[in-house]
Amino acid sequence: MRYILPMPVHSLMLLAVWLLLNGFSVGQLVLGLILAWLIPVITWPYTDHQSRAGKPLKIAAYVARLLRDIVVSNVDVALKVLGSNRSLNPGFICYPLALQGDFPLTVLASTISLTPGTVSVDFSEDRKWLYVHALHITTEQEMIAEIRQRYEQPLQEIFS
Amino acid sequence: MTDIVNILAVICLLTGGFFLFVGSVGLAKLPDFYTRLHAPTKATTLGVGAVLLGSMLLTTMRDGGISIHELVISLFLFITAPVSAHMMAKAALHKKVTALKNTHKRELMKRIAQQKTPE
Repeated sequence: MRYILPMPVHSLMLLAVWLLLNGFSVGQLVLGLILAWLIPVITWPYTDHQSRAGKPLKIAAYVARLLRDIVVSNVDVALKVLGSNRSLNPGFICYPLALQGDFPLTVLASTISLTPGTVSVDFSEDRKWLYVHALHITTEQEMIAEIRQRYEQPLQEIFS
Repeated sequence: MTDIVNILAVICLLTGGFFLFVGSVGLAKLPDFYTRLHAPTKATTLGVGAVLLGSMLLTTMRDGGISIHELVISLFLFITAPVSAHMMAKAALHKKVTALKNTHKRELMKRIAQQKTPE
């Protein structure tokens, strides 16, 4: 299994993206098939095999919410950038993590960085805290509660 | 029909241009490294997203059939933008780049660089 087809879903995705980028022809199909086999074989030792995403409907709902949040908060950040620097209240937040596992944590950290106004900075060594830098903090408790309710809880359901 | 698509594409391009411009303004005017990090990483998401949507509308109209390339480009952006922002913030903390004086929880920066837990 390790050398034949270690991650079939990944292989399929790689092949699809390769064909979308390069157009469909027999040559590209052969090259895509070779890459779709070779890349998972090489990256297999570095990937997180415990966490499995399930529930496609919940994933779709999560992506839709993420896209909506990106648009809404982009406008918000644009206004803050164009406003005065003095009215900004930037700072760091320690976010206590309930989620565990490499891949779910990567998704959560990326989500936080993608939504404007917050960038995930680092994890604590024991993976219990995520440090976030925010462009503007109203209250820390409020931001933690918002991240928990909007992103972490749906992710816990997806990866459970 | 052509006119409607053209107008929609122009609206997309203008919106995208506006957000990319705000991203550049933020890079120039925000006070310290950590706040400056926010502007360009965000501009890529909505700004480039809107430009790509406009491009998609135009190529779809010209060639017929749906143009997929733009979707793949935005997929790559959505995967890479948070990673690069994360690496830059992490590198800045380890290089002890100073933050603005009124930064909330400024004392935490040292502990983060050493990957310790708060308190």
